Amino acid sequence: MNAAEEKHPVAATQAAEAPQWEHYSKCIHCGLCLNACPTYRLLGVEMDSPRGRIYQMIQVEQGRLRLGKPYAHHMDLCLNCRACETACPSGVEYGRLVEAARSEIERAYRRPWAERWARKFFFDYLLPSRRRLEMAGNVLRMFQRSGLEKALLTSGVLKIMPGRMDAVARLAPRMEKPFFTDWLGRVIPASGGRRYRVAFFAGCIANLAFARLNEATVRLLARNGCEVVIPKAQGCCGALHVHAGLRDTARQLAVANITAFAREGVDAIITNTAGCGAVLKEYPILFERADREWHEPAKGFSARVKDVTEFLASIDFCQDFAPVKARATYQDPCHLLHAQRIRSAPRKLLAAIPGLDLVELKEAEICCGSAGIYNVVQNEMAERLLAAKMRRIDETGADMILTANPGCLLQLRAGVARSTQNQRRVLHVVELLDEAGRKQELT
Amino acid sequence: MKSPPLIRELVRATNTEAVLWRAEDLLLYEYDALSVMRQPEAVVFPTTTEEVVRVVGIAAQQGVSVIPRGAGTGLSGGATVAERGILIALSRMNKIVEIDLENQRARVQPGVVNLDLSRAVEDAGYYFAPDPSSQKACTLGGNVAENSGGPHTLAYGVTTHHALGLEIVLSDGDVIHTGAKFWDRPGYDLTGVVVGSEGTLGIVTEITVRLCRLPEAVKTLLAIFDRVLDATRTVAAITARGITPAALEMMDGFTLRAVEAATGAGYPIDSAAVLLIEVEGLREAVEEQAQAIEAVCRENSAREVRCARSEEERALLWKGRKNAFGALGRIAPNYYVQDGVIPRTRLPEMLEFTAEVEKRYALRIGNIFHAGDGNLHPLIMFDARDRSECERVVRAARDLIAKCVEMGGSITGEHGVGVEKNELMPLIFSEDDLEMQRRIKGVFNPSGLFNPGKVLPTGKMCGELRIQIGAGA
Ligand SMILES: Cc1cc2nc3c(=O)[nH]c(=O)nc-3n(C[C@H](O)[C@H](O)[C@H](O)COP(=O)(O)OP(=O)(O)OC[C@H]3O[C@@H](n4cnc5c(N)ncnc54)[C@H](O)[C@@H]3O)c2cc1C
Ligand code: SF4
Ligand code: SF4
Repeated sequence: MNAAEEKHPVAATQAAEAPQWEHYSKCIHCGLCLNACPTYRLLGVEMDSPRGRIYQMIQVEQGRLRLGKPYAHHMDLCLNCRACETACPSGVEYGRLVEAARSEIERAYRRPWAERWARKFFFDYLLPSRRRLEMAGNVLRMFQRSGLEKALLTSGVLKIMPGRMDAVARLAPRMEKPFFTDWLGRVIPASGGRRYRVAFFAGCIANLAFARLNEATVRLLARNGCEVVIPKAQGCCGALHVHAGLRDTARQLAVANITAFAREGVDAIITNTAGCGAVLKEYPILFERADREWHEPAKGFSARVKDVTEFLASIDFCQDFAPVKARATYQDPCHLLHAQRIRSAPRKLLAAIPGLDLVELKEAEICCGSAGIYNVVQNEMAERLLAAKMRRIDETGADMILTANPGCLLQLRAGVARSTQNQRRVLHVVELLDEAGRKQELT
Repeated sequence: MKSPPLIRELVRATNTEAVLWRAEDLLLYEYDALSVMRQPEAVVFPTTTEEVVRVVGIAAQQGVSVIPRGAGTGLSGGATVAERGILIALSRMNKIVEIDLENQRARVQPGVVNLDLSRAVEDAGYYFAPDPSSQKACTLGGNVAENSGGPHTLAYGVTTHHALGLEIVLSDGDVIHTGAKFWDRPGYDLTGVVVGSEGTLGIVTEITVRLCRLPEAVKTLLAIFDRVLDATRTVAAITARGITPAALEMMDGFTLRAVEAATGAGYPIDSAAVLLIEVEGLREAVEEQAQAIEAVCRENSAREVRCARSEEERALLWKGRKNAFGALGRIAPNYYVQDGVIPRTRLPEMLEFTAEVEKRYALRIGNIFHAGDGNLHPLIMFDARDRSECERVVRAARDLIAKCVEMGGSITGEHGVGVEKNELMPLIFSEDDLEMQRRIKGVFNPSGLFNPGKVLPTGKMCGELRIQIGAGA
């Protein structure tokens, strides 16, 4: 039923989507972005710095550098965390550049077969289809519950497998039954008087792996006077496709979502996932050079998209919380902080919880290594970033770690699980707000 | 592709991951923040002083020169290759070796980023005072090599006032230590000689720096003027009253409109110029100074004098100022930033001259000054695709620098000489002066191994700026 499930012809439009002069010429190679870049901080080489990556794009455009394996490697190693955008005084839109570069790589560079196959399966077959995702989710859940997964992880079998199977397997999210897919198509009434009518963007994998978080988000919105519509025809946002350079598929997914939400007269379209939010807000960019007729509808759609923390902080949100006795710290999700420029909203919400001692995390603006599926495809780099992150978290002495994006939750939970320090709770800001709010209602 | 013998030796002296030599990698080491030059033959990333010594040894033996590189934020081409050579990149020597708060000092490797050092000691109430606008990216090794300063140079001095001692690898592979852990050092001030030597005397492998205590109170004022002339007069008037603010910066209307568009810090876009003035110290003294400064501004026809009310407001004003180059970078595809010094009493005259140059060459120039020190940063806007414009840019820059010299100033305030201005050195030094400098270089770096073609004039393009403007952009 998803438009994206149909096969699509060769990506002819992507040729026009290479990095454009009007965007890369803004880079004055000043280097002020270097130390903000997680890969540069670890490797210290220009090729893996924002300035160097932009320079490589320019050299490819000018024919001085071959669009080959080394180029693809440096572009792949980029987390697309966009910390360089925050650091850049010249307003270089790096995210747009790297996404364009990757689309060009997709068109002109042939990856090794195993990688091609895996990408095809994941991006074209799995993500765009709710039915297939759900099937895969059920299989994974059986595997997790049967004890097979545990057996496999403890057996050490994975350690002798090629690549980094062992580390990667540990990142697989828990499948949370009942899936949130049951909620699609429903309208949840506001508790108390209705002040807003909002639509909830539920995501794709999140419906299976973050079903409880999605429920908490909807509950919290309802508690704040929102009638919540959950359109049935919505699907994957396409963020991972945009990051991977698969713009044609991304456009199909975008069109499906724009259409699904267009029917609803709502004040805002709300997501609890920073990565989705960033791309949903940037849908118009996808239609700048292809399928132009969707550019205006995309603008209308994107203008209504709000991160859940952004939305709540902008309204007179319900501050009736039970006290939470905890020392907590907050890690900024890159796509919230750098892509959407949202910093104060989650902090403002947390500050309203009585008893919560929020200590600022040093280097909170640096990626934890999660970055979409980066921790799977670039596992070694991701592990190094996670280790650095956990050291900083340990320094805070926090017994609760907060963030605002499911991908970061998975990564940080993996970090906590292997840490030798006390086990700490890792929560989405929404989960804590929901928990403290409900506790208060009970008392 | 098989690696050449030089590469194999460098790998042996370090490790495989520490050496770049493939064409596609070297391509990314042809630039710094100024311009595009030649590509190195290899880039080596040592992690210890011993590795630096071994690499220098190999280079000396094979007769290839060595160019040290920090973060490559330099604005005079210092970290690029002028002739032939290998780069020693210090980005992986980025450990803070020791923090000794009781004695207000820290020992660091040269690749530590300026701001990272301040961040590491801020909780304890300390910071590293030199604050170049590039401080979130540039390295302390680069700061030492360029003798960098920043807005707070006016009160706290430049890097040389904060570098207590250095460990340096010389061209024959000897490792020497200059200075001491304390202020008072017997003998010749070799630290002072090496600070500002732009990588031409040796490779700095460790630095002992002074840490300053964060002030008890800080007050940041924004004085707004309807005439540029009034703003420049105010600068001299403030210091004439015997007040030394911690920082005294000026931006003209053109610049601050760009800054405001980029940062939204609250700069008044309808004004002709602003002064950003900071005073710090003990609470009462700060209050008193701020009042005195406000009075001087008003006497000199300031339209308004604002005071930052919160730390956020203050941080935002500074963010605007520190990102000013980049903000102007948004307006035109390219800019060329000049760096000259004049006596601060002559700021009004200099600004008039800049306006003349703008007209003469049909260019737009933004004016950003560390006004308190008379350090000018005119930013000349252009489009690199327009070759004739590029030529005019270089001529305009040359005229501005010549004017600084004529006024009794200097060809560079803080961005260094590098490859850009070495042929201008005769404008401010006599042949005898230069000969003495050559002799000093000969003592440290007799074979000319380190960073050749920089700082001292080669005599090839006498009296000209050496920059290929817009190359690679
Ligand atoms: C936007 C912008 C704003 C700037 N603002 C300021 C400012 O306010 N004040 C200021 O002073 N400068 C400023 N600069 C210039 C520059 O940032 C400084 O000169 C800085 O100190 C350079 O540091 P780096 O690590 O990038 O050095 P690089 O550019 O890598 O190298 C600079 C020079 O130092 C040498 N060098 C580097 N490391 C070593 C070492 N370990 N041993 C020996 N030699 C070495 C190199 O050979 C080269 O000659 C600015 C630059 C930019 C792009
Ligand atoms: S991306 Fe921005 S900060 Fe980085 S080098 Fe380019 S202009 Fe400078
Ligand atoms: S997006 Fe992140 S990883 Fe990629 S260049 Fe920018 S800062 Fe580096």
